[in-house]
Amino acid sequence: MTKIELTVDGASVFDDVEPRMLLVQYLREKLGKTGTVIGCDTSNCGACTVHLNGRSVKSCNVLAVQADGAEVTTVEGLAQDGKLHQVQESFRECHGLQCGFCTPGMIMQTIDLLNENPHPTEEEVRLGLEGNLCRCTGYHNIVKSVLHAADQAEGAHA
Amino acid sequence: MTTTQERPAEQADREIGKDRRRKEDQRLITGRTRWTDNITLPGMLHLAMVRSPHAHAHVTSISTDAAKASRNVVTVLTGADLAETQGVLINAWAITTDQVTPTHLPVAIDRVAFAGEVVAVVVARSAAEARDAAELVDVEYDLLPAALDLKEAAAATPENGGALAHPDLGTNKSALWIFDSATAGTGGDVDAAIEKARGDGIVIEREYRQQRLIPAFMEPRSTVVDPTGEQITMWSATQIPHILRFALAATTGVPESKIRVIAPDVGGGFGGKLQTTPEEWIVFAVARRLGKPVKFTETRSESLMTGHHGRDQWQKLTLSAEKDGSVTGLKVELLADLGSHVSLVGGGVPVLGAFMFNSIYKFPAYQFNCQTVLTNKTWTDAYRGAGRPEATYAIERLMDELAVEVGVDPFVIREQNWITHEEFPFTTVAGLEYDSGNYEAATAKAKEVFGYDELRAEQKQRRASGDQVQLGIGISTFTEMCGLAPSRVLGSLNYGAGGWEHASVRMLATGKVEVVTGASAHGQGHETAFSQIVADRLGVPFEDVEVLHGDTQIAHKGLDTYGSRSLVVGGEALVLAVDKVIERAKPLAAHLLEASVDDMEFSQGRFSVKGTDQGLGIAEVAMAAFAAHNYPEGTEPGIDAEATYDPVNFNYPHGTHLCAMEVDTETGAVKMRKYVCCDDIGNIINPMIVEGQVHGGLVQGIAQALWEEAVYDDAGTLVSGSFVDYLLPTAADTISFEVEHTTSPALTNTLGTKGVGEAGTIASTPAVVNAVVDAIRHFGINDIQMPCTPERVWKAIHAKDGAGDKPTEGAAMPHFSESEPGTDSTEGAAQ
Amino acid sequence: MIPTEFAYLAPTSIEDALAALAEHGDDAKIIAGGQSLLPVLRMRLNAPEMVIDLGKIDSLRGVRDDGDAIVIGAMTTHHDVLHDPLVAEHAALITKAVEHLADAQIRHRGTFGGALAHADPAGDLGAPTLALGAEFVIAGPGGTRSVTAEDFFVDLFETAIGEDEILTEIRVPKHTGWGAHYEKFVRVVHQWPIVAVAAAIRSDGSTISEAKIGLTNMGNTAVRARATEAGLAGAEVSEEGVRAACDRAAEGTNPPSDLNGGADYRRHLATVITRRAVLKAARG
Repeated sequence: MTKIELTVDGASVFDDVEPRMLLVQYLREKLGKTGTVIGCDTSNCGACTVHLNGRSVKSCNVLAVQADGAEVTTVEGLAQDGKLHQVQESFRECHGLQCGFCTPGMIMQTIDLLNENPHPTEEEVRLGLEGNLCRCTGYHNIVKSVLHAADQAEGAHA
Repeated sequence: MTTTQERPAEQADREIGKDRRRKEDQRLITGRTRWTDNITLPGMLHLAMVRSPHAHAHVTSISTDAAKASRNVVTVLTGADLAETQGVLINAWAITTDQVTPTHLPVAIDRVAFAGEVVAVVVARSAAEARDAAELVDVEYDLLPAALDLKEAAAATPENGGALAHPDLGTNKSALWIFDSATAGTGGDVDAAIEKARGDGIVIEREYRQQRLIPAFMEPRSTVVDPTGEQITMWSATQIPHILRFALAATTGVPESKIRVIAPDVGGGFGGKLQTTPEEWIVFAVARRLGKPVKFTETRSESLMTGHHGRDQWQKLTLSAEKDGSVTGLKVELLADLGSHVSLVGGGVPVLGAFMFNSIYKFPAYQFNCQTVLTNKTWTDAYRGAGRPEATYAIERLMDELAVEVGVDPFVIREQNWITHEEFPFTTVAGLEYDSGNYEAATAKAKEVFGYDELRAEQKQRRASGDQVQLGIGISTFTEMCGLAPSRVLGSLNYGAGGWEHASVRMLATGKVEVVTGASAHGQGHETAFSQIVADRLGVPFEDVEVLHGDTQIAHKGLDTYGSRSLVVGGEALVLAVDKVIERAKPLAAHLLEASVDDMEFSQGRFSVKGTDQGLGIAEVAMAAFAAHNYPEGTEPGIDAEATYDPVNFNYPHGTHLCAMEVDTETGAVKMRKYVCCDDIGNIINPMIVEGQVHGGLVQGIAQALWEEAVYDDAGTLVSGSFVDYLLPTAADTISFEVEHTTSPALTNTLGTKGVGEAGTIASTPAVVNAVVDAIRHFGINDIQMPCTPERVWKAIHAKDGAGDKPTEGAAMPHFSESEPGTDSTEGAAQ
Repeated sequence: MIPTEFAYLAPTSIEDALAALAEHGDDAKIIAGGQSLLPVLRMRLNAPEMVIDLGKIDSLRGVRDDGDAIVIGAMTTHHDVLHDPLVAEHAALITKAVEHLADAQIRHRGTFGGALAHADPAGDLGAPTLALGAEFVIAGPGGTRSVTAEDFFVDLFETAIGEDEILTEIRVPKHTGWGAHYEKFVRVVHQWPIVAVAAAIRSDGSTISEAKIGLTNMGNTAVRARATEAGLAGAEVSEEGVRAACDRAAEGTNPPSDLNGGADYRRHLATVITRRAVLKAARG
């Protein structure tokens, strides 16, 4: 067992974990952060995407012990004071989800994408989501959601 | 005669037709979800499956001692240990009375019939420890010849020494199902039509491969069973909680009344969760045996390897026509791969296609026969469209081939043969009655939006200039039968259950409405669309309606979600239930208003007395029913109602899909440039949700055409056993679509709706392949086998240059094989 | 989905990491970004008893200018390499290759040295580092040594790094002003390349003076397209000008056959993809 201390969705947490425990398992099983889900075992699907020190990572591809000292944000930590993040709003507005299983990963990756490139073209959005699989939407409305979120952010700053 | 309407504009006072944002989304976008794998119960135990790495073998010994001694292992159980209690997996649809159906045990006892079959189960305090111990279970196998190739398996007999998937059955042939229009009295003799055409007409003969696909829903399957209450509760990532409960009761001896099944949030299904699985039976048996809650969640590799697959047919097709292109007959001979067992409805999947090969056309003669075949691969069953994509692919490919033969535009051939809108209702050569449709209208709209003539001109120009990138245009004018299904029809096809749906409407005292449906959503948006139907009909606010589903204790009656049935069957049950509520409330309202029932009117949620301004809102009536202080003598104090609706017919959405593909003739790479569809699905409850269904369906169909294939090696190991090799497209591999609608309301249900869940998948595959073939037809090519990989396309183009025409069959990329191939792991990839 | 049990160490210096390696030998596995290792561990295709994490050794991160070369620390993430101005200016071929390596999440976590040490022949970094003549600096119990790219890539998943050694940095000779392009051929974008070509071209815009070309997934390691390189010297920057040389791109290669294509098809692809990469590199 290894001691770890990190911040998850704004709260400090301390734990003893097996070194083999994946960050996604730690989030789900130890912290009950079941909003972050596991969709594959080869790191292709991106459903488990969270932010580690402000950048998107696949939490199945990080050991919990490697997150020692880090700041982790999951989909459950996005809404502030009951107000949804703009990207969450946009996914609902544009019907960017159906079954919703890939959605936490899509939303977390979208936020990262827009942090890096606030005004993406459709092609940049599509490439920026290459690490996230969805089986329901055909991506059409996911792409629309991301572009909508970018527009809204722009509107808010204008 | 079908009169097609303009799609009605959104009406402020109507809920139906509004782009309501989904009620489901709040919890899904914030991560407050209830996936089965999220469930943790006190003292819960975890399972790991020990799976056969071999496609076909006798299990000669299983040593569990080391595993049992492993840390925190509770027990290790083999098939023999569970023999008395594990039950069997059922086949609910024996398509013929003499169907050969191998026994399907959840845990194999002495023989395994596909790679991935469970041979032992480890129970431990954590999933990690269960997996650790599973590695220690030592199983010895005596390999048997495996039946792998579909055609060889169909031909194998004990006499010729071909491999048999189940040697004790003496054959791999499961059932031969035949429809002949001459026998059925719905058309002429197809052999005569073909014979005649060989003399003075056109005969097109083709063989198409429907490759094996994997549904690949994003949420891996998971099951939790809690045996500690009066009822045994099973949570499962399933499309079919009601059917699951029935099957558990029917095969395990536990009374149905002692079982509660809950499908909580379910992350996609596409037919892949229309199944009763070995894993569900195993978790049920282990939880009962140990008296403790038990969970099993599969890995993605396990899911790809052992969740049922779809498609997998060889289609031999003979189309006869007059010289001018008027079709005179179609003969279809199928081989369908069942895999190792006849799954829940697997044998029936090709039969669902049997009525659809004639599609939108007026064929005078038609014959269909299908031989289902057992092999030592993963069992197959429904995958989005189930039977109908295969049929649509075949006929839409053939119509293009006929157009080439006649030398006309492919639309000309279609127009010449399709049912015109004046001819509805129309009884087809397969014996179905199509109630409504307007193929002309959908086609005209699709062509216009697509810019058909301009793209044809560009194609011509590129062809003339010998451009390295050639352009192809693919057409698919599809229809399908969905809204499964009239119970009597299912009975006549020997299906084990009915096709009705149930709904109840509970009028709460506070004016809110609880709606319970027997449909079981897993991404479709039922909570939203069903709320709209109820709000519209009952005149209550959309927000006041709560839709409940997916729990047999709440929705005591239902037949679940598949076959594009939820709205057209479940929605109709809801309409009946709402109407009953209004009928029950009317005498109470009249009583309270001291008026005659005959003078009561109901509109916009309000009962009023004709010709007066006296009235009562439905919420007030609900409160009065609850208080029960004052109600008519001889009536019950209550206005809740329930209804069961059995459809009178299937329904028949249709549409015209147009696809432009660019083919790089140097590399064989194909790229989608444009995709336009105009679907006619009758009246639309929520256009936003409908478009989402179409988009998703399109990409699954496109993926069959271009990317996906479940490939096995010569040993019967699934080579495309992870997302590294089973290629799902990403956002960067797809484009934005243009989705249009025409509206020919269905005449067989109150709402005038038609199913939409499968339409995109059914229509898009032939549109894409037709486009690819169209782009390179001038190289002398008339087919590319799916998926149209760059290598296949390139080899077809360069066949004459000695590139060969055989696609490469090989291993998966070795990225994760750090150690030598063959490393022991019983998890996931069976290596 | 759950790795076998292992112990874990996160040393803060190279010396400590080497000491840990020396102590645990065969039983230890180094984890850098973990983006290739963790899938292997999750699928239990490897079961180390000890995992040594280089993530806390700050000196292994970053890019610096070292005269005629730029030096990329082995633990620099792909994302940081992608956005590094020194790399963009002096080794643009690497920027181009990293741009479409895996996906954004993997690039945030995966490291330059880790991917190279993994030595997947379909990995995107072998071909550009080989083409640019990079040197690999490896630390071991006896000090550091430098290995050329030719010698670094030994075989499928095998490099010159010894069991008691650690890759610390990659020195890439400056190719300032060279045109560069990395052309990747895939069926879907999240796939490893079926074939990819890394091309660095020195030209005046109309004539090529020098070409350096690496091929991805055309053998058990990345390989140089030597015949093409030779043929391109003096070639005109045009389809026809480079065609003959690029048609020789697959000479001496030994590509795999798998679900995505046979060896013959890959050889053909290599010639087409090389021609495209060369022209894009030359035209900027």
